[in-house]
Amino acid sequence: MALPLIYNFESVRVRWASTVVAVLGIAGSVGVFVAMLALARGFQAALVSSGSEHNAMVRRAGATSEMDSAITLEQLRAIEDSTEVMRGADGPLVSPEVVVVAALPLAKTGTDAMVQLRGVSLKALAVHDKVKIVNGRFFTPGLFELTVGKNAKNAYRGVAVGDEVKLGGTVWKVVGSFDAGGSAFDSEIWLDANLLNATYQRPTGIHQSVAARLAGDDAVGALERRFATDPRMKVRVERETDYYKRASQQMTTFITVLGSLVALVMALGAVFAALNTMYSAVAERSREIATIRALGFGEGAVVLSFVIEALLVALAGGIVGCLAALPLNGLVTQTLNFQTFSHLSFAFRVTPEVVGWGIAFALFMGLVGGLPPAVRAARVPVVVALRDL
Amino acid sequence: MKFLPLLFANLTRRKVRTTLTLGSFAVALFLFCLLVTIRAAFNSGIDAAGADRMLVINKVSLIQPLPIAYREKLQRVPGVQDLTYANWFGGVYQDEKNFFAQFAIDADTYRTVYSEFIVPPDQWQAFLADKQGAVIGKATADRYGFKIGDRVPLKGGGFPGDWEFNVRGIYTARRPSDDLTQFWFRWDYLKEKAPPWFANQVGWYTVRIAPGSDAVKVAKSIDEIFANSAWETRTQTESAFMASFAEQMGNVEFLMIAIGSVVFFTLLLVTGNTMATSVRERTGELAILKTVGFTDASVLALVMIESVLLAAIGGALGIAAGKGFTLLGDPTKGMLVAFYLPASGVAAGAALSLSVGVIAGLLPALTAMRLQVVDALRRL
Repeated sequence: MALPLIYNFESVRVRWASTVVAVLGIAGSVGVFVAMLALARGFQAALVSSGSEHNAMVRRAGATSEMDSAITLEQLRAIEDSTEVMRGADGPLVSPEVVVVAALPLAKTGTDAMVQLRGVSLKALAVHDKVKIVNGRFFTPGLFELTVGKNAKNAYRGVAVGDEVKLGGTVWKVVGSFDAGGSAFDSEIWLDANLLNATYQRPTGIHQSVAARLAGDDAVGALERRFATDPRMKVRVERETDYYKRASQQMTTFITVLGSLVALVMALGAVFAALNTMYSAVAERSREIATIRALGFGEGAVVLSFVIEALLVALAGGIVGCLAALPLNGLVTQTLNFQTFSHLSFAFRVTPEVVGWGIAFALFMGLVGGLPPAVRAARVPVVVALRDL
Repeated sequence: MKFLPLLFANLTRRKVRTTLTLGSFAVALFLFCLLVTIRAAFNSGIDAAGADRMLVINKVSLIQPLPIAYREKLQRVPGVQDLTYANWFGGVYQDEKNFFAQFAIDADTYRTVYSEFIVPPDQWQAFLADKQGAVIGKATADRYGFKIGDRVPLKGGGFPGDWEFNVRGIYTARRPSDDLTQFWFRWDYLKEKAPPWFANQVGWYTVRIAPGSDAVKVAKSIDEIFANSAWETRTQTESAFMASFAEQMGNVEFLMIAIGSVVFFTLLLVTGNTMATSVRERTGELAILKTVGFTDASVLALVMIESVLLAAIGGALGIAAGKGFTLLGDPTKGMLVAFYLPASGVAAGAALSLSVGVIAGLLPALTAMRLQVVDALRRL
């Protein structure tokens, strides 16, 4: 027969001081763990959501990122003429793009950070269909105008709609801002590709990447095979989501490794606190336990009861930790993505999955911290403990 | 001193509890060391920056190149003593996950400006004699098992094609904050093999200013020379350059302090709780000690010393473990350029654990001191 749960609630209540210590210890570890996971998830989500399942990204073969890639006009025409690429009202849905990294002062500190300038054409909006203009308008091709991502607008000084910005010796006017759903595009500034090439003395007609809307789900493979046999096309074709997943990999691993390390060490400390609490609980209650045993409850029931008590404490700690980390959800922070060499804004994402991991982590700590004292409790010799009365 | 056996007996009366409290301390201090190490790693660029060095980069951004022709003009700027230049290569060794920085350096001048790096003279001579030679930082060499004489293939990123280098030297450095992960090869080899568009561009110049000259003035005069040209420059001290990098990485400092305070607070609770419990358990004993003539002050001291002793032993264990862990090397596999525990971190950790010992012991010690013998003995 199992002991009633109310017994555990009562014990926890009576020993509230040491319970609070254990709960806070576990809450601290869970909070850090959840925050780190949310950070890594947020970073990954920002990059992965930049890509679309329906788009292919074409770069020069061997290029590690957009930065060091180059696509010639001849190659661009071949991509546009491919049957695997979807056609819209005004021709194939293909967006040739140029990326330049420029330095702009951060709003917070005034120090320079690297912002990605993406030179595009009007077709970019059709290909990247998650990008929506929220304020003002898209730039006019041929004019020195900028459209700014919503995170870039907040992260840098002097790039609000209506502002004039000096880039590469030319004055540009900010005419609108866009929302790309929290993706990496939100940290970018979009402008006319040809003007961008001219301003930064880049060779005309060379783009860095080409985004193309695919005609069908298996079109990536078909496009790849088509270009593999074409000697002019030394290119790499990838689904856009795959490219962005890889672009986020390094940083995500970095945050996860460091974050887990810190959380793991904290967990060890929390397990010690839980063990201490539960051992004291057992020591103080040896008569109580002996009485319970004398009443006819078996060793198993006592172990179970103490483990449940430890899990209760851990659960409370887990919930407190998750609640403490919850306000981080949606908080926008910035870092440098070394794989694209530019500054990127992204939001913490405390998803249900992350919270689930946090609670599981707490319960695990409770189990490890509760089991040894529970076993000791069950081993208390009844006669000896009762004689102490 | 004669109370040592008593202290020892008190600490060992509940061995499990003492061990766990020591464990909590050790873990917390270990974590503290870890946080200090991570922070130092993020700031290592700033710490390692030469006070007399300045970086000249393209005003647009670091990624845009500068012409090699600037070398002569820079040399003539008053206050410029030495100068060198380098390019970022960005090649991939076997897999994109194997990241280490590769620089094409001007072999003749690089080490005059970056004097903190140490290369054995015979190895350096071998590097100068081999156009395809490379000198690798010890951390990277150890990680991938590169030895002198090895051939290292790199897949070009910005510079397409397959590149091969011969390891001619392994460099070390004078200070722990110096970056031992770089891979150097010769700029003249890059120029020879790069595609035509490369056209003698360099990534950045590093100038060393003459002693006594004003860094701000030199920077200004350099930028003025190239103002309104096709390649305008931005000159800043190395530490300012590194600081802006660290700035972009995000607010590591705040993160460290936040985690650190959570740990500190938890630790205080755990120790305070342990000490309070053990004093409560010993009420009778303490009363007897007072009856046999122990003064209030000596009872206070007894409890305080016990608490501080716990803190000192636990803290020492944690710091030792932290130091040992950092000696094992960077767990993120090369994302951190330097992974070491600064001496100031050790000192701060020691101070932290002792102060926790004092604060946590204070309340129980005061309780013990104020104990009324009559009341306490009546409870027996």
